[in-house]
Amino acid sequence: MTFDLAILGAGPAGAAAAVEASLLGMRSLVIDEQVAAGGQVYRASPPISSGDPDGDRLRASLAGCSASVRLVHRLWNVERDDDGFRLLAIGPEGAFEARARSLIVAAGAQERFVPFRGWELPGVMGLASATILIKAQRLLPGRNVVVAGAGPLLYAVAHGILDGGGRVVALVDAQPRSAWWMPDLLSRPDLLVRGMSWLAALRRAKVPILRASVVDAVAREGDGLSATVQGRAIACDAVCCGFGLMPATDVTRLLGATHSFDAALGGWHVVVDDQQRCDVPGLYAAGDVAGIRGAASAPHQGRIAARAVAGAAIGSTRERDGASRFGVAMNRAAQVGDYVISSIAPDVTMCVCERLPRSVIEAAIDDGCVTINDVKGATRCGMGPCGGRMCEDAVARLIAIKTSCTRRDVGMATGRPPLRPVALDAIAGDFDYEALPMPAPAPL
Amino acid sequence: MSDLRIGERGNPVAFYFDDARIEAFEGETVSSALWAHGIRGWEGGRAYFCAMGVCQQCTVWIDSARVEGCRTPVRNGMRVRSRP
Repeated sequence: MTFDLAILGAGPAGAAAAVEASLLGMRSLVIDEQVAAGGQVYRASPPISSGDPDGDRLRASLAGCSASVRLVHRLWNVERDDDGFRLLAIGPEGAFEARARSLIVAAGAQERFVPFRGWELPGVMGLASATILIKAQRLLPGRNVVVAGAGPLLYAVAHGILDGGGRVVALVDAQPRSAWWMPDLLSRPDLLVRGMSWLAALRRAKVPILRASVVDAVAREGDGLSATVQGRAIACDAVCCGFGLMPATDVTRLLGATHSFDAALGGWHVVVDDQQRCDVPGLYAAGDVAGIRGAASAPHQGRIAARAVAGAAIGSTRERDGASRFGVAMNRAAQVGDYVISSIAPDVTMCVCERLPRSVIEAAIDDGCVTINDVKGATRCGMGPCGGRMCEDAVARLIAIKTSCTRRDVGMATGRPPLRPVALDAIAGDFDYEALPMPAPAPL
Repeated sequence: MSDLRIGERGNPVAFYFDDARIEAFEGETVSSALWAHGIRGWEGGRAYFCAMGVCQQCTVWIDSARVEGCRTPVRNGMRVRSRP
């Protein structure tokens, strides 16, 4: 099936792009791997979560437009040729393939993790994950939770746990209080007020807030866990820890688009022009994949991208840029100094999939590895099931620190299919062994 | 580690994880049901880490198909395994 436009991701950017494309008369296809549209920010799990009003509006507008929406479809490869893009996905009925002349990547963001001793233990999870558990699955991460890391999700998660009847035994914010003084926060007084109300709720619940501190280690302790912060052991049953968001660039990497590193935008992101165009013909990006700007900016970017695809007038980009200020400031609050990486002990696991401690990665750097691809080739770091999505940022940062180079010098890992592990039988489909073309055996 | 569920639930369902019978509710993911049951990890895996299909820690097998527990809704009578 050939579409005018394919949109990857049904979050705020992708859904807005689909609705706009529909208004402009384009035949578009939306692919998303979740059971409901909304992205991670408005993730819903019917019939559990009642759904947030913004998310419900998004789902209603997407359902009401002409786009063909494929939920529960996991994209595993995209190829580009002279006619456009060939998309290969796996859905509930098996392999799915489609073609589109243009492609808008609205793949959103993923969480940044910083390794610490014990981060591979069950009961340790990200802050974004905890948000999904609480909001979409209506499930507490634990009864007595340590909430740690940096950025606004710390306070959102801590508040969500209290609201759900759990206890936050410690909130460990890597930042000093001063990191939160940013004029751009005043651009969204409504969200600022919400943040203040969360903080007030934490105070009322007498949640210990430890600032300028990180979780140094987590260990099993009886049936639960013990988290060490500044030499003090804190008994808990779950640890939620994250350090902000990073653009989810696997598709744009795979297609060879130019990326740039900017810590203020979450690190490596795909480069777009004012019309959300990448430097690969027919390829566009909207939302956090083009730099973390948050859920308020994403729909503007999605609409602009769809209009650019259609060749329609873009109009003013002022709304998009204004809506980005708060999101960029929020993610900046999640940026922590190099000490979180340089303080990782030699025996602490950095690559969880391949169980590689810092010492192995450091030995490879000492042996002359200067890029993330070098370390990957030398150690298998990032070559396990997650494809480096859990460890690449921390390892690249370690390389930059050790070699006194920039993150641009260290680079990003080359994108390769499959984008996620796929079972061969899921993509092979039904075939007859007799029908397989077999070359004649070579003469002896 | 009981009582981690918040708020209303859909219809109850039950499935098997390796040899354990797990009670769950419609709309829950396999990972959530295991988490609520107190199974947060197994050899080489965890019910939740990233919760968004990135980390692959929650990989489980259903009818010999490899799936992500965090993206797979529970179904009555399903047989989930921690190994292929």
